[in-house]
Amino acid sequence: MDDLVNSFMTGPDEQGRFGIYGGRFVSETLMPLILELQEQYERAKTDQSFWDEMDYLWKHYVGRPSPLYHAERLSERLGGAKIYMKRDELNHTGAHKINNVLGQIILARRMGKTRIIAETGAGQHGVATATVCAKFGLKCVVYMGAHDVERQQPNVFRMKLLGAEVVPVTSGRGTLKDAMNDALRDWVTNVRDTFYCIGTVAGPHPYPAMVRDFQSIIGKETREQMEEAEGRLPDTIIAAIGGGSNAMGLFYPFLDDKEVSIIGVEAGGKGVNDKMEHCASLTGGRPGVLHGNRTYLLQDDDGQILEGFSISAGLDYPGIGPEHSWLHDTGRAQYVSITDAEALEAFQLCCETEGIIPALEPSHALAHVMKIAPQLPADHIICMNMCGRGDKDIYTVAKHLGADMTGTEGREMD
Amino acid sequence: MTRIESTFAQLAKEEKKAFVAYIMAGDPDVDTSLELMRGLPEAGVDVIELGLPFTDPMADGPTIQAAGQRALEGGMTLDRTLQMVRDFREGDDSTPIVLMGYYNPIYSRGVDRFLEQAKAAGIDGLIIVDLPPEEDDELCIPAQKAGLNFIRLATPTTDDKRLPRVLQNTSGFVYYVSITGITGSAAAEAGDVAPEVARIKAATDLPVIVGFGIRTRDSAQAIAGVADGCVVGSAIVGDLASGKPVEEVLGFVRALAEGAHAA
Repeated sequence: MDDLVNSFMTGPDEQGRFGIYGGRFVSETLMPLILELQEQYERAKTDQSFWDEMDYLWKHYVGRPSPLYHAERLSERLGGAKIYMKRDELNHTGAHKINNVLGQIILARRMGKTRIIAETGAGQHGVATATVCAKFGLKCVVYMGAHDVERQQPNVFRMKLLGAEVVPVTSGRGTLKDAMNDALRDWVTNVRDTFYCIGTVAGPHPYPAMVRDFQSIIGKETREQMEEAEGRLPDTIIAAIGGGSNAMGLFYPFLDDKEVSIIGVEAGGKGVNDKMEHCASLTGGRPGVLHGNRTYLLQDDDGQILEGFSISAGLDYPGIGPEHSWLHDTGRAQYVSITDAEALEAFQLCCETEGIIPALEPSHALAHVMKIAPQLPADHIICMNMCGRGDKDIYTVAKHLGADMTGTEGREMD
Repeated sequence: MTRIESTFAQLAKEEKKAFVAYIMAGDPDVDTSLELMRGLPEAGVDVIELGLPFTDPMADGPTIQAAGQRALEGGMTLDRTLQMVRDFREGDDSTPIVLMGYYNPIYSRGVDRFLEQAKAAGIDGLIIVDLPPEEDDELCIPAQKAGLNFIRLATPTTDDKRLPRVLQNTSGFVYYVSITGITGSAAAEAGDVAPEVARIKAATDLPVIVGFGIRTRDSAQAIAGVADGCVVGSAIVGDLASGKPVEEVLGFVRALAEGAHAA
């Protein structure tokens, strides 16, 4: 009994809270939908046929399990800890996002919903949603900040090829948080036939728990694969955090393994400073209420939400999943931040030493590995989540490295 | 009895429908919105809903969102909104004021401190869009204890099973949202609204006021006719945003109020 009480894996409570974080801060119009979703999800979770369908598609459509890879040259170069990468960038569509999308869309189909909406920042969640909708013949509408539409053209085109309607969001400042506002507005308007497929471990209960459960396949596989490779658990696990879904997926199955240290890496942008040129909600924000949940937010003294800043569109969100806020406050996980410049350096090192072009999001996690690995002994095992591949980011990186790619646009698309 | 409760008691005695007008505090600047606010009672407004600007108004349409953004860009804050209420109260101690907005600016201030300041400024009730009954402990219960009404939205998705929960800690009046959607959307049909209002009235003694989608004198009259009154927001905010002088906007408000009162 004591063990249960002391477990970090029992949340959220009936109110959808992790400590004081989480909850259901939505308008009344959405409340009945959220309660229905919760009921349906609880039912699906204990239904073997639901998981059988997931397992089949994870294996044959997504390509799971993703490999656990010993990054030998990188470990040697850094000269300390033994570094492993969980290769979720090898998933179909190139990132971890599809793990969760499959779960939500199978659920949506069970609920008889025919129209799927999603918000997207970098476009990875939008692409994953458009992909699974195409597979099941569902109508798909993706809300994307106008600013992100511009900087993520290849993903916009992918979504269109997959038959999705991409709606550029110009309300507010036209970023990921505004895309989420507009998706919520769509949902409020089209409550009867529409399912809102949220891409991260945020939003009103049950989304944070549900998305975590779907992403937990990452951590579950990692445990098994690590046991197989090393006969023990890793000493440190590390993942990048925007909303925090790839991190929650890796962390969750390890929360009660007290010997495993857990590190989340936020986007430090130009540095966690007063000008808020970063997206580090935990390092530089304070608790508030947005998009259906209480969590750490970037906000001014008057409770108005601030825009984050990051080189990576996928981390560019002023909030963070509520479970991370709770893990931060309880001290179970440690949260650090990495600047754009550090992430770019890690991006290049990974290309050079391992022949893997990482997305800018996991490059943040990798940059922290670069910081700590040299100080650790050779028998210290680090596992970082390589949650996405970098093909989508090569234009951004080229720009920052001063490479001229004019005229090659389009031909470089995979 | 709060100003809201006595106003509705008086309207009931006169067998008159209520006209509720929404404006955004600080849009486009404090002076203009205060001038507009001061003119509302004389134009026939029974209850004023004062919008507290927020960066992420997820239940509002483009008109209200743009108004909030203009207000914020003009430097509007919670303190200045409360000051605006105090200034209004200097000349009007009877018109009820309902502060309408989102939870984060209030949470950021601290609930107890906010309630004390709001009450002292002369605010009578709150409509906080992102606080459903499931989160009543946050602000609803403390607000009622502090003597402020907490007005809840009921919507077309609020079914019979859920309705008692929505009504449980509501006071002042019930705001029925006539459509599933955001503020400023398609017009509500009186024929669709009537049975819904009847359903809610069967479950509560509170007045039921209908809002969302009402833009003209005729629709104000039609909707007020099947309820205890109606709310107009986006149409008024949009009228002001079109660049009309306050006097002309008040003329439009007067026409809407006449419509509601003729019902």
